[in-house]
Amino acid sequence: MTKMVGSSVKRKEDARLLTGNGNFADDITLPGMLHASVVRSSSAHAKIKSIKVEEALNHPGVVAVYTGKDLEGKIGPIPTSWYVPGCNLKEPPQYPLAIDHVRYVGDGVALVIAEDRYTVKDAAELIEVEYEDLPAVVNQKEAMEEGAPLLHEDIENNIALNWKAGEIPEGIMENAEVVVKESFYVQRVFPSPLETRAAIGQYNPGSGELTLWCSSQNPHIHRMVLSEVLGISEAKFQVIAPDMGGGFGGKIGVYPDEALIGYAARDLERPVKWIEERSEHYVAANAGRDEYIDVELAGKKDGTLEAIRVKNTANLGAYLSTMGAGVSTIDFGMMVTGSYDIPYAESETFGVYTNTTPTDAYRGAGKPESTYQIERIIDLFAREIKMDPVELRRKNFIKKEAFPYQNAHGLVYDSGDYEKPLNKALEAINYEELRREQEKKRKEGKLIGIGFSTYVEMCGFGPSEVVGAVGFQGGTWENSTVRVHPSGKVTVFCGTSPHGQGHDTTFSQVVADKLGIPIEDIEFVFSDTKSVSMGWGTYGSRSTAVGGAAVSFASDRVVEKAKKIAAHELEVSENDIEFENGKFQVKGVPGKERTFQDIAHSANMAWNLPEGMEPSLEAQYFFKPENFVFPFGTHVAVVEIDKDTGEIDLQRYVSVDDVGTVINPLTAEGQVHGGIAQGVGQALWEGAVYNKNGQLVSGTLMDYTLPKARFFPHIESDFTETPSPVNPLGAKGVGEVGTTASIACAMNAVVDALSVYGITDLEMPLTPEKIWKTVQEKEGNQ
Amino acid sequence: MTVEKKRVSVTANGQACSAEVEPRKLLVHYLRDDLGLTGTHVGCDTSQCGACSVMVDGDVVKSCTMLAVQADHSEITTVEGLGTAAELHPMQQSFWEEHGLQCGYCTPGVMIAAIGLLKENPNPTEEEIREGLEGVICRCTGYQFIVSAVQKAATRIQETGVNLNSQRLVGEGTQND
Repeated sequence: MTKMVGSSVKRKEDARLLTGNGNFADDITLPGMLHASVVRSSSAHAKIKSIKVEEALNHPGVVAVYTGKDLEGKIGPIPTSWYVPGCNLKEPPQYPLAIDHVRYVGDGVALVIAEDRYTVKDAAELIEVEYEDLPAVVNQKEAMEEGAPLLHEDIENNIALNWKAGEIPEGIMENAEVVVKESFYVQRVFPSPLETRAAIGQYNPGSGELTLWCSSQNPHIHRMVLSEVLGISEAKFQVIAPDMGGGFGGKIGVYPDEALIGYAARDLERPVKWIEERSEHYVAANAGRDEYIDVELAGKKDGTLEAIRVKNTANLGAYLSTMGAGVSTIDFGMMVTGSYDIPYAESETFGVYTNTTPTDAYRGAGKPESTYQIERIIDLFAREIKMDPVELRRKNFIKKEAFPYQNAHGLVYDSGDYEKPLNKALEAINYEELRREQEKKRKEGKLIGIGFSTYVEMCGFGPSEVVGAVGFQGGTWENSTVRVHPSGKVTVFCGTSPHGQGHDTTFSQVVADKLGIPIEDIEFVFSDTKSVSMGWGTYGSRSTAVGGAAVSFASDRVVEKAKKIAAHELEVSENDIEFENGKFQVKGVPGKERTFQDIAHSANMAWNLPEGMEPSLEAQYFFKPENFVFPFGTHVAVVEIDKDTGEIDLQRYVSVDDVGTVINPLTAEGQVHGGIAQGVGQALWEGAVYNKNGQLVSGTLMDYTLPKARFFPHIESDFTETPSPVNPLGAKGVGEVGTTASIACAMNAVVDALSVYGITDLEMPLTPEKIWKTVQEKEGNQ
Repeated sequence: MTVEKKRVSVTANGQACSAEVEPRKLLVHYLRDDLGLTGTHVGCDTSQCGACSVMVDGDVVKSCTMLAVQADHSEITTVEGLGTAAELHPMQQSFWEEHGLQCGYCTPGVMIAAIGLLKENPNPTEEEIREGLEGVICRCTGYQFIVSAVQKAATRIQETGVNLNSQRLVGEGTQND
């Protein structure tokens, strides 16, 4: 039998998605179902003076209206899930609906429930909220200043947290031959899954059971948190994530709206559906990034890097989101040395409340920002000491022999060979020739830039003891059950929760190899808290490295038991049996064998099992990884800038990623492409913009640029494979590498092109207008 | 403010369908909520994303931008009118083989838009495909495998001689009203 792992198997999940037979939240219709709409604050900061609901209540078809006051004492505040220790973290209560004080445009003030989706929107328009506006502050640096408007009365200077890690011994920075400093801004962007958020609640008044279909990346976390908020037993509360139109981190968060829908369904004893609108999504769903990063990199003139000091001032928005405290601290700060052997590092983060929508994880979550600062500053260091940026990187790479390698902050990188993808990428672009060509074109007055990003990221969340020690309110191990039916067909359950990644397929490949059965005989169940034992969902590129590993181990357990049964039936010792290609074969006796299907039948019938053996063939495994996994790689971008229009022509984009063992090259490449599109999107086009009053001025797809097909060249992607020792698959993570690498890569290319003007940094996104103005100004000065 | 409902009758994927709707109802909601054709999705509220693209009388239309009453007596093709899981349309088959979808939410609209593109330009270059997909947004794939899927579909359609105007339920052009 051909090995499934490592081959580009076409996806199992596609048949339903290609034929319109997916089951997304808005496709679900239940008998007697009502529709909900959340009335949201139009003011960034205000006291609520009054809310008039009568007209809405009297509107035909309206069933209920709730305000924050109505819910007081009935639903608890929504807690964060990441209490980062040692940073004086302050978590203000976030009530599902604001009670008397709104803190951002989009803050929920009322919930309207009506018989159909049009009526509920009509009625929502009839709610009159009188606000007494307060001064607003949207920028985190301004929010920290004395005298800035305070969002939460008892939180001084709006500072939610001040986190520090590492210490650079005195004298290192002061006595360094070279210190390069720069301040970067990694702007606020929107994860933008094409399906907005959605929730449907259904309550059974007889049994007291509540079901919540919810567009969630982690239904078990939703159940854990919302059971507290709603005051319902986890045993009577089922959360199901149906098919989802993407997540990208934006659907990790446990949101007020989801609590409201669960509450309303229970209160009204009728199913309630809430489907977020796009413009609503952009004010109400968690955004990503929004971090000011000041970096100092110290080293010698020969390029030896010695120390890095980083300060991150992060905008957390108006409240602390589910993972809000962890993104700009642990996720960002522990990896500031990147792929380089820099002995000393100091990271500090200020997390600040502002009158904006909360921020949370977005593809990479802290890692793209961390990669951004190190990959940008190393380029500037190279420029300062007049060394080729590739040479400087290579000189400081953590050497292959050094793994497992402990970085300056104590993280242990599992495995790596950073030269391998670098060399492959250099070969792909023909680097030396490319530099010569750049030189030639520069002489002709053209602006050509070559940008690199030789990143490493931390993913595969993760070792429970470690995530617990850093305050995460979850276990991040993973669980799988492999259930073998009497026919030999298999249902596998797993606690990760795919939403586009294709785990039905990749995980089935793992099972098919383990059990020696066709991939068509395997079906997966994810994303349902009633069917799947505790699990932790899909984020942090953890699914394959942790969930896939659990699947692999559970499959081993099935084989182990099946082997005993086969030995018993064949009347030989277990040691005389070898299992290959789905057959339990007595060594050296051809034909004396049992198929996997034979044993599936025997086990389920239990007519003749070894003494003391339990019937059935089913195994569960809870896999707790010993460490995170650390994928790495090299990305290269080549750009040409049109001086007359400011347009950036992304001419080439080469990625060579090492994500450990690749289970399915086709879907892995798809993940890389998607990640690159989002990272390059951030560098060149995307940006969430608030005005001074806290109004979001990029709140629709007319104002916020999501990249289109014509924005990209043909991406040249490739892999190297350095297996991870942390899990049996050797897999690392592939979901986030593209984004983590590409923001810095694209920026480095543009800054390289503009280096002829002495430019060291520009603020993203690099819109044509911004580039044109810069070029015109510089040309004028020359 | 009770509004008189209007009867809207269409041929959807070859089947005669009819429902009474408010005059303000969007075509996409008529298709999804009244006809049960939930394969067509809504991704935005400003006609940018194209997830709701369907064919109306042979033309690609964003069904969030058209009222149901405007589609009265028209022939509509949605993703459900392409192929079945057992017998995929060449466009679906190519999306499957080339991994042109991840979450699958934009996919129905993208495939409809791509069929519209191939009707006008049966043999597009990579650049023409990228330009031709201006009306749709995919957040998952980075578009590369969508582009290769459309290229493959173009070849497959030409080789097999599939007529996009008559293939199963793809609209026959205007014939009503």
